[in-house]
Amino acid sequence: MKTFNYHSAKDVKEASKLSSSSSAFLAGGMTTIPSIKLGLASYKDIIDIKGIKSLSGIKVTGKTVKIGSTTKHVEVAKSKDVKKTIPSLAALAEGIGDPQVRNRGTIGGSIANNDPSADYPSACIALNAVIHTNSRKIDAEKFFKGMFETTLKSGEIIEAIEFSIPEKSNYQKYPNPASRYAVVGVYVAKHKSGVNVAVTGAKSCVYNDKDLSKALKNNFSSSAIDSVRISSSGMNSDIHASAEYRANMIKVFAKKAVEAC
Amino acid sequence: MASLVGSRVERKEDKKLLTGRGKYTADVNFINQTFAYFVRSPHARAQIKKVDTAKAMKAQGVVSILTGADIANDKIGGLIAGWRIKSEDGSDMKVPAHPPLANETVNYVGDHVAVVIAESLDEARNAAELVKVDYKILKAVVDTNEAMNSDQIYKDIPKNLCFDWLLGDRAKVKEAFEKADKIIKIDLINNRLIPNAMEPRAANADYNPSTEEITLYTTSQNPHLARIIISAFNGVAPENKLRVIAPDVGGGFGSKIYPYAEEVVCSWAAKKIERPVKWVADRTESFLSDCHGRDHVTHAELAVKNDGTFLGFKNETIANIGAYASVFATVTPTYLFGPCATGVYKMPAAYSNVKAVFTNTAPVDAYRGAGRPEATYTIETLVEKAARELGMDPAEIRMKNFPTQFPFQQTLVHSVDSGDYVAGLKKAMEVADYKGFEKRKRDSASKGKLRGIGLCSYFEACGIAPSPVVMMLGCGIGLWESAEVRFNPTGNVTVFTGSHSHGQGHDTTFAQIAADQLGVPIENIEISHGDTDKGPFGYGTYGSRSLTVGGTAIVKACDKIIAKGKRVAAKMLEANVDDVEFSNGEFVVAKSNKKKTIGEVAFACYLPGTYGEVKSPLPEGEEPGLKETSFFDPANFSFPAGSHICEVEVDPETGETKVAKYTAIDDFGTIINPLVVEGQVHGGIVQGIGQALYENCHYDNTGQLVTASYMDYTMPRADNFPEFDLGFTCTPATSNPLGTKGCGEAGAIASPPAVMNAVMNAIGKEISMPATAEKVWKACNQSKKKNSEAA
Ligand SMILES: Cc1cc2nc3c(=O)[nH]c(=O)nc-3n(C[C@H](O)[C@H](O)[C@H](O)COP(=O)(O)OP(=O)(O)OC[C@H]3O[C@@H](n4cnc5c(N)ncnc54)[C@H](O)[C@@H]3O)c2cc1C
Repeated sequence: MKTFNYHSAKDVKEASKLSSSSSAFLAGGMTTIPSIKLGLASYKDIIDIKGIKSLSGIKVTGKTVKIGSTTKHVEVAKSKDVKKTIPSLAALAEGIGDPQVRNRGTIGGSIANNDPSADYPSACIALNAVIHTNSRKIDAEKFFKGMFETTLKSGEIIEAIEFSIPEKSNYQKYPNPASRYAVVGVYVAKHKSGVNVAVTGAKSCVYNDKDLSKALKNNFSSSAIDSVRISSSGMNSDIHASAEYRANMIKVFAKKAVEAC
Repeated sequence: MASLVGSRVERKEDKKLLTGRGKYTADVNFINQTFAYFVRSPHARAQIKKVDTAKAMKAQGVVSILTGADIANDKIGGLIAGWRIKSEDGSDMKVPAHPPLANETVNYVGDHVAVVIAESLDEARNAAELVKVDYKILKAVVDTNEAMNSDQIYKDIPKNLCFDWLLGDRAKVKEAFEKADKIIKIDLINNRLIPNAMEPRAANADYNPSTEEITLYTTSQNPHLARIIISAFNGVAPENKLRVIAPDVGGGFGSKIYPYAEEVVCSWAAKKIERPVKWVADRTESFLSDCHGRDHVTHAELAVKNDGTFLGFKNETIANIGAYASVFATVTPTYLFGPCATGVYKMPAAYSNVKAVFTNTAPVDAYRGAGRPEATYTIETLVEKAARELGMDPAEIRMKNFPTQFPFQQTLVHSVDSGDYVAGLKKAMEVADYKGFEKRKRDSASKGKLRGIGLCSYFEACGIAPSPVVMMLGCGIGLWESAEVRFNPTGNVTVFTGSHSHGQGHDTTFAQIAADQLGVPIENIEISHGDTDKGPFGYGTYGSRSLTVGGTAIVKACDKIIAKGKRVAAKMLEANVDDVEFSNGEFVVAKSNKKKTIGEVAFACYLPGTYGEVKSPLPEGEEPGLKETSFFDPANFSFPAGSHICEVEVDPETGETKVAKYTAIDDFGTIINPLVVEGQVHGGIVQGIGQALYENCHYDNTGQLVTASYMDYTMPRADNFPEFDLGFTCTPATSNPLGTKGCGEAGAIASPPAVMNAVMNAIGKEISMPATAEKVWKACNQSKKKNSEAA
């Protein structure tokens, strides 16, 4: 069945109240709509949250950039504030899919969906993001649980994502040539407190590569990575790339990212 | 009036097409229309034990559900293979029955099992989920190379072999190989492609019970062929009771040349339920059920002398034609492939041996270039390898073996009327700054990149085709083309063509031709095509034939108009017919200032009586009206040729390959509209680069299509390409009065070998298409390992 009831929520409270185990929120619809069309998902209720003003917008404070959940990729990509404070984040947004996807898809939808090859989850990990929902604040490290899985509870709505502004950062990605999702994406960020090397696309869920982070914490240079061995075990293997290729790309990209920082 | 032929007239059709005012089959709706949804096989190979429609019939909105049993009951004929090929041993090709709805077995994922017809698409789709099909799943045959040694799919077709065809002389080749200094060998895969026309296939059939007429709107490159097949072979309705309209069509690339099961079923069903039946493919259906392209496994050898002279050529190919033999499936890997496999070269001895095999995959048929890209890829990668092994420059070895005398009798079939291959390659080398490559290579190296250069010199046989020749070679139809030029009484003109435009720009180029011939402003000329009730029978658009065959028919029809016009003008001007000359839209009596415009003459033709002061302008016995028809059957194919040079930059750390520079010099004879031709060349090159670097149809070993959406099937995109440097040389064709040669397929023919030769030149390794990042990275890595081992 491809039919569903459509609701447009006026505020977060109403949206949350309308939701059930057979509903989905409609942000950009760039995941939900294709899933319905391809018969991969079906919902009784679709709750449109695009009209909720408080969920959209970009705010910069001294140490963080806070992005409302329904902020579109194109808005992040074009934002002067983001470009100034975390240029790698604007560049990441600019590299998502294609113009049509960027004009509709949202950051909240992207991380709620937690596609293993999505770009934003790596930014959340690398930039020590805090996910603000209508009921709590969740550290990114705890938010992404597994393939298409997060700690969000039924009816819980992401309101904003708050990124720490790093000293330096860079994101490198080998886009799937067909869909442009990340076959491998590596986000390197150097904070006062340490270095994160978030990897997306390679495994069933985004992760922080501890070996690379450690090597770079001691010596933030591409040569520091030379001796780190990336094992391909547990990595995805499909028609677009073998596990072995993904492992190679992580190292190549980590170096490129450090050099570009 | 200045000649329009050769000028960059902007495409007349674009305003409509680019502003959303086109009318495509999906835009056509009828009152009381129903919607069809096809139940398709989820299995690559299975026996149908039972189709249970009882539950689905009760679903909301369902009007009718039809199955293979109904098709058989109504004696609706199967889908046909249009070209009969004989094997080397003289036996006929073997083809399985192909009912429009499967009856006993299904043979690929997407095969048609039943159709659900309902009041709405949603209802049809929902009910389709309730149709219960009981399958006995059988082991699928998927791999091209293994097909002959796998389970037999059809009872009467041993080894899954459709035919084992030979063109050429094995004994002469053997002799030539014995004399060779060196034999160059190559093993190739020509990767399978999915056409991906922008507009999915669609059909909307309307039946009028009072006249017993069916009107079928469909996405066709060839509505006349659809009509004759659906009436004469499928037996849905007699030809006079079937009107086929192909309105605006959003691309075909070969996949819309002939009717599929869906058009047959919709027409038949409309008649059965006496209501219009509409079907529009969704994108997944397109991936699964449009005919695919290419899919060859080839072993080829070239016998050479040490100085680079070619002595002989062998081509052993297995061609996968999918689950059934569709209309052009059998000619594509034979006569469209074999003859061109010796390339643009003098080749004293050659043969092409092709084994066509059935597999449990979608049917494979003509796709932009059809056979000639496969041929060119074979010879051009082989020649490049010969140059490498002989230590010669790839341009030099080509120059050495080019024919310089025309007409040139090509080794296997064709007599090439005109060409200048030396001039083409020289110009390409100049425009591409071939000499400067070494410097560019060093520059790339300084950025850690590997740069490679690749050449491709091609010729192809298109403008299909001389009917006597193709019918002798097994074609079930003639391949001439028709045109009707109709003057309206007020002096403007409608030109009906039997060919069809689905992106090629006929509305513009054909109007340019007619405008020049008739001296009528282009704004006053309308091109009409795509409706079997309007224009005369024709053979549609494919094989780069529209202009050379269809355009020539227009010229011939215009000649007849002018001949009649002269007779009428002579009467009007009280002159002798032989003294009337025609130019720039005027009939002039020689050595006088007496003249009539063609508009005046047309008007007179429609007002033939004596009326008051006006005397009848028509000579004795002359019929009124001004409308002429011509059917043109060409004397030969046309033979476009050219040289393309590609440069790529490879990142050895990631394997990513970028096309850095691309030069295409083509000889299309006379060019009617450079803007349109450049568009065709761009599109072709892009499609060919797509094949070389990105596109790949992948079935898993159970016959499931893995690349069944744009999430997994890589289409090339604008940001994958540099600016292309295009240029032209011109040796006019002698087989048509315009001197034109086909340009629609050339880009897709020439670019895959140019790109792959460049990639292999960059990395120093042989790899297969598509040269994906991972494959290139692996190849680079291998050589790195080898180097370090050596060190
Ligand atoms: C062709 C194509 C290419 C793409 N390429 C890329 C790419 O390169 N990189 C990449 O990262 N992504 C890519 N995407 C995905 C895109 O970025 C989408 O934006 C993303 O998948 C989902 O965001 P959305 O706003 O469209 O969410 P929707 O489709 O509207 O929703 C997705 C899911 O998230 C939930 N949800 C949405 N908003 C919230 C919220 N505020 N709180 C809680 N739950 C919520 C919904 O309930 C739903 O389950 C691509 C998509 C397509 C179609």
